[in-house]
Amino acid sequence: MQKEQDKILNDITQGDYKYGFYSDIEMETIPKGLNEDIVRMISKKKNEPDFMLEYRLKAFRHWQSMKMPDWAHLKIPEIDYQDIIYYAAPKNKPVLDSLDDVDPEVKETFDKLGISLDEQKRLTGVAVDAVIDSVSVKTTFKETLAELGIIFCSFTDAVQEHPDLVKKYMGSVVPYSDNFFATLNSAVFSDGSFCYIPRGVRCPMELSTYFRINAANTGQFERTLIIADEGSYVSYLEGCTAPQRDENQLHAAIVEIVAMENAEVKYSTVQNWYPGNKNGVGGIYNFVTKRGICKGDNSKISWTQVETGSAITWKYPSCILKGNNSVGEFYSVAVTNNHQQADTGTKMIHIGKNTKSLIISKGISAGKSDNSYRGLVKVLKNAENARNFSQCDSLLLGDRCGAHTFPHIEADNPGAIVEHEATTSKIGEDQIFYCNQRGISTEDAIALIVNGYAREVLNKLPMEFAVEAQKLLQISLEGSVG
Amino acid sequence: MLIIKDLHAEIDGKEILKGINLELNAGEVHAIMGPNGSGKSTLAAVLSGRELVKVTKGKVLYKGNNLLEMSPEKRAHAGIFLGFQYPIEIPGVSMINFMKTAINEQRKAKGLEPINPSDFLKLMREKKALVDMDSSLTSRSVNEGFSGGEKKRNEIFQMAMLEPDLAILDETDSGLDIDALRTVANGVNKLKTSENASIVITHYQRLLDYIIPDRVHVLYKGKIVKSSGKELALELEEKGYDWIKKENDK
Ligand SMILES: Nc1ncnc2c1ncn2[C@@H]1O[C@H](COP(=O)(O)OP(=O)(O)OP(=O)(O)O)[C@@H](O)[C@H]1O
Ligand SMILES: [Mg+2]
Repeated sequence: MQKEQDKILNDITQGDYKYGFYSDIEMETIPKGLNEDIVRMISKKKNEPDFMLEYRLKAFRHWQSMKMPDWAHLKIPEIDYQDIIYYAAPKNKPVLDSLDDVDPEVKETFDKLGISLDEQKRLTGVAVDAVIDSVSVKTTFKETLAELGIIFCSFTDAVQEHPDLVKKYMGSVVPYSDNFFATLNSAVFSDGSFCYIPRGVRCPMELSTYFRINAANTGQFERTLIIADEGSYVSYLEGCTAPQRDENQLHAAIVEIVAMENAEVKYSTVQNWYPGNKNGVGGIYNFVTKRGICKGDNSKISWTQVETGSAITWKYPSCILKGNNSVGEFYSVAVTNNHQQADTGTKMIHIGKNTKSLIISKGISAGKSDNSYRGLVKVLKNAENARNFSQCDSLLLGDRCGAHTFPHIEADNPGAIVEHEATTSKIGEDQIFYCNQRGISTEDAIALIVNGYAREVLNKLPMEFAVEAQKLLQISLEGSVG
Repeated sequence: MLIIKDLHAEIDGKEILKGINLELNAGEVHAIMGPNGSGKSTLAAVLSGRELVKVTKGKVLYKGNNLLEMSPEKRAHAGIFLGFQYPIEIPGVSMINFMKTAINEQRKAKGLEPINPSDFLKLMREKKALVDMDSSLTSRSVNEGFSGGEKKRNEIFQMAMLEPDLAILDETDSGLDIDALRTVANGVNKLKTSENASIVITHYQRLLDYIIPDRVHVLYKGKIVKSSGKELALELEEKGYDWIKKENDK
């Protein structure tokens, strides 16, 4: 019985990764390896002002004294940091004035991914910054947004055009010395997105960055910086894919968010990096540091993530709730299948008075995968009236996978109310049979149940993304049920 | 419509059904009664294709086809419906979504387009009224937190939505209050045509006051030991199962 079930599970989760193609774009790369010269070379290629080079070098020197963290519930094979190319860019680096300047191969790559870089063709109000390997190739709707004073551009452009903002905020949420991967990123990051929403402006469209790793043997190190000034609002989306390769590729990104008084930032991610094949060969190592600070009173930062890709995910989008009455939210669906490993969760640091945080985490494990939730809720001494509610659910498909929950609570204020609930469930044979009896195939039954299970989180995604994410869940679990 | 011949089936190596024979024609209602543990639900499980039960011998023909070769969903597409004795809860999946998926899967199997949303809502309203089901139940997760009676009513609601050719109702009457029993029986009767058939598993003659069976069978220790007209139900109600047991255990 169980065997039969596993067989079906297995069949359903063996879906193929549909973004695994490789585009033949002419690339410019620098030599493999990492040393001060490489760091200088990257900075020079980007024609950076001195403060940037200094920042990078400071980070690099610090990184050399650091060790890779080993506290996560992950088996990470040794990574040879000298065997990675730290900078790769499409050779025909477009002048970002017009779409015609974008390499047709690049355009086609994004078309294949369902991301049109052509503003005329976009039906919905989504502005896109497309990052391929190390550089941003095109930012759409830049001018429309500029009329409202919104700055939305590549990180490289921001360094050139808005150095004061970059200097002021870069590293203010994730300092260069924060952790091994963040420090590495601070030394070698190549590009990413920059966004500034001025005081009182509600950004009229979704802003989105679409990351694509294309070149072989390269690491991707981008950083995103979002500043929401007083009373502003922005909803930000991030999507990621990579070609199918037998080797593992490193992705170590940083996202920093600053929300001023009364500002609100919604950050949604649909992470679909190549997860490796069924036998666990290849796939992206996704070691990402994402953190936001609710700097002003009444500000709010909300993270929503749907994590289906990567061979290994190490990621804890966090909120520092500094302003009084500020709110942090974390909604997550993390799916692991085959040999994937995920150790993901969040940190909510309550500093201000009346701060609130909400954590909804839904783990789904199938195949031989391992899925861990790791969370920290910390209430500082002066955070009067702080409240947290955490709900961490795990759903197991089959019996060869694992789910683990590591919730940590540190409450230094006696008035804090911190609640944690956790459940682990399996899709029951009886539930599947009930669906079967109504005419629903086992595969569809699992999709129905999994989507139902993840609904609370999927509902938080912007409309067009929610549908995408739902399909993605289904595809990720294809070939997996019992 | 349905022919069962010398059906033997086991669960975990233990033989539960020990040679069932039964024939059911379109337009008929058959009642199956029998003491606890006699194998009534097991028979329903075999007919609906539950893997847990292994058929070791015998044949089942449904509309002339070998039923035992079909997957549970294929059987559903072919018009078989099982009203579960213990309906299953599916947290997070709304009744609406569940029903829409079920209907569309069945339509797909018939080569039809998915039902359009307004027709679907209309159908829902109509069928809810037919079984007098509380409106709020359909926006909740499938059976989750439903009371015992609500779950049973929900089974009949689903049957009304799917309009099966062969409905197997496994103790749909137990757990229903008198009024509910009447509405549910009414619903079943309204859905009855000369084209479809039902097997009603019950412990109580009461239900058969409303749903008049053409035949009543008594299942005991995995065999049908007595078959007769509807008067058999009355006799059982009066005398209990002892006389049947005595007759068969000697
Ligand atoms: N999953 C199972 N595992 C082991 N034995 C089972 C299982 N399901 C049923 N049985 C056994 O099969 C026999 C018949 O059970 P079944 O449920 O068919 O009886 P029933 O006639 O429907 O009884 P009731 O009137 O109580 O509903 C019982 O002895 C029961 O214990
Ligand atoms: Mg029973």
